[in-house]
Amino acid sequence: MQTAKTLKEYRKELRESLDNEFLREAMDKFATAYPVSRANAFRGLDEKAMIAEVADAKDAAARNMDGLYAQFKAEAEKRGVKVHMAKDAAEANEIIARIAKNSNCKKIVKSKSMTAEETLLNHRLEDDGLEVIETDLGEWIIQLRHEGPTHMVMPAIHLSRYQVADLFSEVTKQKQEVDIQRLVKVARRELRQHFATADMGISGANFAIAESGTIGLVTNEGNARLVTTLPRVHVALCGLDKLTPSLNDALKSLRVLPRNATGQAITSYVTWITGANECRAAADEKKEMHIVFLDNGRRALAQDPLFSQVMRCVRCGACANVCPVYRLVGGHKMGHIYIGAIGLILTYFFHGKDKARNLVQNCINCESCKSICAGGIDLPRLIKEIRARLSEEDGAPVEATLLGKVLKNRKLFHTLLRFGKYAQKPVTGGTPYLRHLPQMFMKDHGFRALPAIADKAFRDEWETIRPRVANAKLRVALFSGCVQDFVYPEQMKAAVKVLASRGVEMDFPMDQSCCGLPVQMMAERQATIDVARQNVMAFDAAKYDYILTLCASCASHLKEGYPNILAGQTDMTGKVKLFASKVIDFSSFVHDVLGMTADDFKGKGEKVAYHSSCHLCRGLGVVEQPRALIASSGSEYCPAQEEAVCCGFGGTFSMKFPELSKELLDKKLNNAEATGATRMVADCPGCIMQIRGGAEKRGNRMKVGHIAELLAENLK
Amino acid sequence: MSATNDLARLMREKAEAVGATVVELKNLKEAFAYALDVCDKKEACQLLVSGCEEKLSDKAEALCETKQEKVVAAPNLSDDEYAAFSALCAERGVKCIREGLRGHLAGIDIGVAHADMAIAETGTCVIDSTSEELRLSSMISEIHMAILPKSRIKATAFDAEREVNALINTGTPRYTAFITGPSRTADIERVLAIGVHGPLELHILMLED
Ligand code: SF4
Ligand code: SF4
Repeated sequence: MQTAKTLKEYRKELRESLDNEFLREAMDKFATAYPVSRANAFRGLDEKAMIAEVADAKDAAARNMDGLYAQFKAEAEKRGVKVHMAKDAAEANEIIARIAKNSNCKKIVKSKSMTAEETLLNHRLEDDGLEVIETDLGEWIIQLRHEGPTHMVMPAIHLSRYQVADLFSEVTKQKQEVDIQRLVKVARRELRQHFATADMGISGANFAIAESGTIGLVTNEGNARLVTTLPRVHVALCGLDKLTPSLNDALKSLRVLPRNATGQAITSYVTWITGANECRAAADEKKEMHIVFLDNGRRALAQDPLFSQVMRCVRCGACANVCPVYRLVGGHKMGHIYIGAIGLILTYFFHGKDKARNLVQNCINCESCKSICAGGIDLPRLIKEIRARLSEEDGAPVEATLLGKVLKNRKLFHTLLRFGKYAQKPVTGGTPYLRHLPQMFMKDHGFRALPAIADKAFRDEWETIRPRVANAKLRVALFSGCVQDFVYPEQMKAAVKVLASRGVEMDFPMDQSCCGLPVQMMAERQATIDVARQNVMAFDAAKYDYILTLCASCASHLKEGYPNILAGQTDMTGKVKLFASKVIDFSSFVHDVLGMTADDFKGKGEKVAYHSSCHLCRGLGVVEQPRALIASSGSEYCPAQEEAVCCGFGGTFSMKFPELSKELLDKKLNNAEATGATRMVADCPGCIMQIRGGAEKRGNRMKVGHIAELLAENLK
Repeated sequence: MSATNDLARLMREKAEAVGATVVELKNLKEAFAYALDVCDKKEACQLLVSGCEEKLSDKAEALCETKQEKVVAAPNLSDDEYAAFSALCAERGVKCIREGLRGHLAGIDIGVAHADMAIAETGTCVIDSTSEELRLSSMISEIHMAILPKSRIKATAFDAEREVNALINTGTPRYTAFITGPSRTADIERVLAIGVHGPLELHILMLED
């Protein structure tokens, strides 16, 4: 749960997680094992199509939420169930407490339900003097420890076997051995007596099928079967987002959910309960069954043009499994109750902005979650949108507003950057907004060396270095982004050399500015829109075959981000579409469009490792091209572990959370060093700034640069 | 016929991959004999696996002690089948029941049930569990056995969809189970442990039709 009130307190909590060695080790193991088991589970299947089917089915269900509820209620009540609707958490808890009272229940066994966590149901029932026992092993453990879950699927992932053994020793008043298999058996026996004596069972539901009034439960342990069978009363608490028209739709989700959650093709048990079944513990041998549907903002969310996609979530937990930030800090710091990328979002909607304010800052925008989400939810985009809403509601921090203002005036921005070259020191101390411009102005970032502003910006050299090409077959406009323009112009020059070798005609439109991603990350909505407009206007896209950028983050922001950002600007619709369609990254251009191969390069057999930038491999889906180019350049490509895991830069993220940025960078460097490579290349100047800075700080001799430089050096 | 065998092969492969035991038998008679052979070999209260040997709190201990003789349950056999099976059980000195499972919540040794169908792609048995006795026998048995005619194996859940729908949507209350392997958890340090709440073993007895 989130208790930190300020960013400072939150960072202190993060520090505690980083210092928890068991947690770090457990999370690292999990983060490396999970992608392998997930890939195995999807092998031979069309994963993207399966996810798209879930998304379509869930979208349709969300649109018809009220209709499905009415249908479900009618069908379930025909079969002897009482169906309730709760508008919020308190009402859901109230309904369930009342059922317990009316039916004279004293003891309750529960199977896992994130919805019951959302409403803090146990607290309420315990306040009423009821005995509530969680029977899912992980939930039972955290209940005994008076904690909330740290993962939606593995709630006790943060605890070690030693902690569990101590806990079970306390519960049984017998010394328990530290042996997982035996501890599990202790739980089996201890919990069995509770099933046998409980009056009420409470479950969640993974599906609520309207057509037949059926709920579906997806579990591995088998406790939900006992919970729904033994006690004379059964209450299922179910979010309205679980409504689905037919078994067919449920089966579609069921194909993806376990594969995504735990790498299983299916869980041990999937249980379909239709109506109030036989129950020999009840007076009339018929179960008293209630289904409580929880709204708590879901109906409004389902109508939101952007956020309705949140309703597609099947609670597989995968967005935490792949999140580099979750891996570092664990679940208690990555969500109030719901965890991971979706946790950041749901915290805002279900638990309010006070709980969400700091949490939503803690996303590095690496898009790992988006690339695996079972419902195809654009999670990073929604997180950025919540930041924008929060800063509109609460007012933005001074730095963000100033940066926004500066960026709106391209000339001022560029003058300040040029000025930075002469006065880097005084600027760092004296001018607050510049501290949040590209990183070289930052202090407190001792974990990596920071570069200086180049003597001459690329834009100031352009006219003199511009190649004159006759009879060009391809016309390309260059988009540099601020880092390559002002800090690493040599990367741009290298690209120009490679393109010129193939007779490509190039332009550098002078009105271009920062792509705007930094201000979007800082939730400056208006500045984000203004800068996007300005850049689209700066390029006469119709004149060019391609708009080429060497920065993966810029590329993905221009190509994927701009159409969304400018969606409300009707005068821009055609222009932005054309603009976005022309944007291409360097590696794709050289490999796919120019078709350059080993014949074009001489090479010297250098050992080269690769960092696969988030916005290139996930943002744009470019995976093979840069690796092929490294090999073509005559170098030896040395694959590193976790090549596609974020380097920790994340633009403004690394300024807000330097301690997390450093950890990610350390992992990146360790993996690169382990390959024995003498050079590492990437497709993004931001990543290069981060990794090169870290390598310099370590004093290792690895050269870090852009793939364009490697190619330019090795041109025949 | 070979399509049936292909499905049976896939079913075996997928079920074994999740820890189920799969045997191919000719008929129900062999299935009964198999069940009792397994029963003979197992300890009455599975001391080493199910938890009775662990040091428990007094109440849990008391529940453990209520179970002494070997018990098998077979609630969804037809009357004739049940008569044949319970006669065999009597010969071997095993108690056979088809109702009153609530009196055995500490656990029974073996539960035997006809499966309605199976889904080969995931190694899943589909069992109509509307009868509470059947439900319990598949939950509290230490070894659960599902009898599955090969002709009832479908390739995918979507191939089984129409028939599953016919089970869950009849207009009356229904309880339908997809069962894939034994009960499992990985809640402590993500280490796989079998038999946390449900059966420790699942045996699928595939019969020629
Ligand atoms: S974008 Fe990356 S950092 Fe942000 S929530 Fe998703 S996985 Fe985590
Ligand atoms: S947001 Fe997507 S990945 Fe995350 S829990 Fe929901 S469905 Fe799974």
